[in-house]
Amino acid sequence: MALLEASGITVRFGGITAVDDASISAEAGTITGLIGPNGAGKTTLFNVITGLQPPTRGKVRFRGSDITKGSPNSRARAGMGRTFQRLEAFGSLSVRENVLVAREIHLGVKLIGRKQDTMVDELLERVGVARYAQQRADSVPTGTARLVEMARALAIEPKLLLLDEPSSGLDEAETEHFGQLLRALALDGTAILMVEHDMDLVMGVCDVIHVLEFGKVIASGTPAEIRADRKVQAAYLGFSDEEPVVPPIPAAHLPSESEINATTIELPAVESAS
Amino acid sequence: MSDVPILELIGVRAAYGRIEVLRGVDLTVPRGAVVALLGANGAGKTTLLRVISGLMPASDGDIHLGGVHISGASPEELTRAGLCMVPEGRGVFPNLTVEENLWLASYSGVPVEKILAEAYARFPRLKERRRQLAGSMSGGEQQMLSLARALASNPALLLLDELSMGLAPLIVEGLYDTVAEIAESGVSILVVEQFASSALRVADYAAVMQGGRVVASGEPAEIKHRLSELYFGGAA
Amino acid sequence: MNEFLAYTFVGLLYGSAYSIAASGLVLTYTTTRVFNLGQGAISMVMAYTYWQLRVADHLPTWLAIALILLIIAPLLGVLIGRVAARNLGDAPVSVSLVVTIGLFVLLIGIAQQIWPADVGRSVPQFFGSDAFTIGTFRLSYHNALTIVLAAVIAAGLYVLLNRTRTGTSMRAAVDNRELLSLFGGAPGRVSTLSWALGSSLSALAGILLVSQVGLDYYQLTFLVIDAFAAAVIGRLQSLPMTFVGAIVVGLGQGYAGYLPQWQVLSGFRDALPTIVLFIALIFLPPVRLRVGQIKGIRSAPVPTRFRTAQVGIAAVVLVALLAGQFSPTHQLELGQGLGYGLVMLSLVLVSGYGGFVSMASLAFMGIGAAVVCKFATHDPLIIVLAVVVCAAAGALVALPVLRLTGLYLALATFAFAELMDKLVFQTNALFGYGSVLNAKRPHVFGYKFESYGPFVTLMAVILVLVAAGLLALRRGAVGRILIAMRDSQIATSTLGLNQRWFRVGLFSLAAAIAGLGGALFAELAGNASATEFQSLYGLEVLLLAVIFGVTSMTGAVLAGMAYMYLPIFTSQHPSLGGVTFLVIGGGAVLLGRDPNGLTNYMFSGVRWLLGRLPVLERITHRPERVVLRQESEQVVSHGAA
Repeated sequence: MALLEASGITVRFGGITAVDDASISAEAGTITGLIGPNGAGKTTLFNVITGLQPPTRGKVRFRGSDITKGSPNSRARAGMGRTFQRLEAFGSLSVRENVLVAREIHLGVKLIGRKQDTMVDELLERVGVARYAQQRADSVPTGTARLVEMARALAIEPKLLLLDEPSSGLDEAETEHFGQLLRALALDGTAILMVEHDMDLVMGVCDVIHVLEFGKVIASGTPAEIRADRKVQAAYLGFSDEEPVVPPIPAAHLPSESEINATTIELPAVESAS
Repeated sequence: MSDVPILELIGVRAAYGRIEVLRGVDLTVPRGAVVALLGANGAGKTTLLRVISGLMPASDGDIHLGGVHISGASPEELTRAGLCMVPEGRGVFPNLTVEENLWLASYSGVPVEKILAEAYARFPRLKERRRQLAGSMSGGEQQMLSLARALASNPALLLLDELSMGLAPLIVEGLYDTVAEIAESGVSILVVEQFASSALRVADYAAVMQGGRVVASGEPAEIKHRLSELYFGGAA
Repeated sequence: MNEFLAYTFVGLLYGSAYSIAASGLVLTYTTTRVFNLGQGAISMVMAYTYWQLRVADHLPTWLAIALILLIIAPLLGVLIGRVAARNLGDAPVSVSLVVTIGLFVLLIGIAQQIWPADVGRSVPQFFGSDAFTIGTFRLSYHNALTIVLAAVIAAGLYVLLNRTRTGTSMRAAVDNRELLSLFGGAPGRVSTLSWALGSSLSALAGILLVSQVGLDYYQLTFLVIDAFAAAVIGRLQSLPMTFVGAIVVGLGQGYAGYLPQWQVLSGFRDALPTIVLFIALIFLPPVRLRVGQIKGIRSAPVPTRFRTAQVGIAAVVLVALLAGQFSPTHQLELGQGLGYGLVMLSLVLVSGYGGFVSMASLAFMGIGAAVVCKFATHDPLIIVLAVVVCAAAGALVALPVLRLTGLYLALATFAFAELMDKLVFQTNALFGYGSVLNAKRPHVFGYKFESYGPFVTLMAVILVLVAAGLLALRRGAVGRILIAMRDSQIATSTLGLNQRWFRVGLFSLAAAIAGLGGALFAELAGNASATEFQSLYGLEVLLLAVIFGVTSMTGAVLAGMAYMYLPIFTSQHPSLGGVTFLVIGGGAVLLGRDPNGLTNYMFSGVRWLLGRLPVLERITHRPERVVLRQESEQVVSHGAA
């Protein structure tokens, strides 16, 4: 059984079906890519998995138990960490404090009597933002802020790490380093689920890729299988291989306005699972 | 065709706080022409459209609309003067009905009856949905609505920002067919796109932005050939 | 049957007034995102203006009404919209709400200046005392008109918003102001129009009610505040629901006449709208949180431990010296200022650090005072008991409103303060109809604190200790978590923080501090009365806290002193009364520029001075002190293409 299994997830907002009977999974030690055109429902699916958006239908199982009704914080305690497409770094805190506070939330009362925690500085170093450590998080470049969010998510020692467009805002060298970091994390046994637009990165590091279009998973497979899939080319690249004249423009993608409902998400009213 | 271009930008600069996003943009849209402005995300395309439409002040440079210097004009003044911008994402009010959206288009000066007649004639689907909230329609239908509004307000210059965003290729093709029709009726259009093929299909001229400047411009076919070179730096 | 008719019409009358006032409130809120707490004060000022024109200046009724509804009230609304509330829509609730509280206080102050309370004023009903009878019930034409007008206005607003282009563009502005301007509409004009309309509607409510309620600064103001319940039932957006809510609340108050005339129930009728408000808030659907770009708030800098100790000791010594010199009256004032300072400190915790607007701090202070008064013992443990009771009360308030955020949470705390005021403090339950209860100063290890002086010094010591404790909290993990939660609730919850319990703890601790302030306050004076803890004063406390800087301890203590001394100053120098309003009004307007308040200006001023004086710099600059970033520093906006 996979670490994470989201099955038959459907989310409707009014008349729009943002996610339509989608099933995806993530295994420990593997990197799973989630790609698809803007507005395909990737972020919504992330929100369902992390508990920010209750699904209309479907089940989320994590480490063998049904967590569909669990609160975001209970899921985090169970080992889920995530980053956000639209940045959610703590702007008034320094970069280092962003990671430190995550550590403090994670350890809670266990913090008392604990010796100096070295993990924070290690994480800053590992993710590559150590030189920004003392800067306020709202004053660093977008790409850096994404890495800060990632370090912050890692501070709660997640079994599953969900990354929402982590590489946008990074330059080529940074993206390269980022890919290596992902691999190293996977080697440590972390499951990574990643929404990403940089096709080179996705094809390069992912073990499995799910393709989402109009809320449906239209293809799942290895990068090679996905690359060869006509349906994927039509949905994602915007042209079939008969007319491969103009490549889609890679480089940095900034967060798009149009991800359905990315601007607001529901904070569930009641914590039903305790 | 008059000699005065409908839009002329000379050395336009703009910044968000300390970060300069436009670093001296020169661009001309001849009267009656369709110009495709391409470039990767972050190149400054959307910012440029925001500056032209008056949503954001330029810190330097000149913008001429139909030969008139327009720096400092408010968006509503420009709209009433015949500029029409369809912003990125969905250029509609989600919590108003289709008909109410079109109703507001009459601020451009065109009588509401004419707007409704024209919009419904071109997009019968909108007529079926006229009492529906715009936000509850599909993405393609919403984009249809924003195009209908743009078209019906009878602009002299139309600015289109990322029509294709979040839409399936087939729908995008359909939208660009409409853009081509609008162009044929004599409207000048500046279209910003990240996915180049559709935009180049309807364009008379194309320009490429990179790092806040226009780095190349010319015939669509020529730009199409040079695109990958422009993006990947030399190695085609 | 007659009784039924009478109660029904009384209910309809109240409901009609609520409906008119609430629809103005909702209209302004939906188009500008500013919830105008000062709406009631506008009604009040306009009712006085009506008296001025109609009674004092002998204008014909129709002319007076036309002048107010068509010219004066809209102009006032536009002035508020343009000057005070400009760009407030994008500001955090803690700022926008407080600015409207400033407006509230300012308008009451202005009314008191122009129309001093020493003259009796009354306003006749329209149509004199003409009336018609239904059965045996007499309904005056004036009241019948009120009811009809409410229905006409509700229908008119519906038509305006749904059947006219202007109204449609008002709704469009709610969706997306920028897009409206791209459509050629003018968002600025839309906001202005809604301020004008909102102001006219509250003026109308005031004029219709004044002949019933009488000219009174507070009664009229609070009557409109009762309309909040209707507005919240309409979820601050639906005018039809607001209308229904208003009528239901009004009828409820009317039929409350059937209740037996027991003392316990005496406050119930008045409190009904507030009870409805509280319940409506609890049952609001889950709020959609905005997910957005990262945004930080620049808070006042946290001083080092060394600096905290320096300033703390200096403060205690200063108070001790002053207390030694002062006459008993002045000692009492100083001590009461310190008591209010503690209440302000509780606001630093909950609002300054936590980012929640609490309008109930004075209610907790009242509970603390009530506890020590009820037992009236010299045992110092009674203070501990007061603190514990307040902590429990704070947790109890926080529990039902756990999931509320921003404006709704603020309104819930206000509802709580109102309920405490009307149902507990002002009734027999605690203080016994506004009478004064006695308290006794503690005997500690045989020392009796017989005069004010030593007790004032003790209060200063306690104040400094609490402030130091809060600063220690701020420097550590709890402080960081608080700031993190304020910056992004979503991120903290996906990191595993159970915000609900954290928040209960926060409110509980803040209530305990306010309660401590109340207990010491009562013991110092030797007595306390319900009038000192009215919900209205709670608004003023919050206002001053925020104006002086709710993110810094110094700001809080200064705010406490200001709350104590400003009224004294005003009463001793009536000619300088304007100064008070200048501080309040100016401070509130400055808030829009720097939410950290006046004290932060003072600090930046001192830093600026020190920067100019190299010698001083060497003396005062300590190596361990973190370099402070300047306020003017640009915040990079993320996500901009």
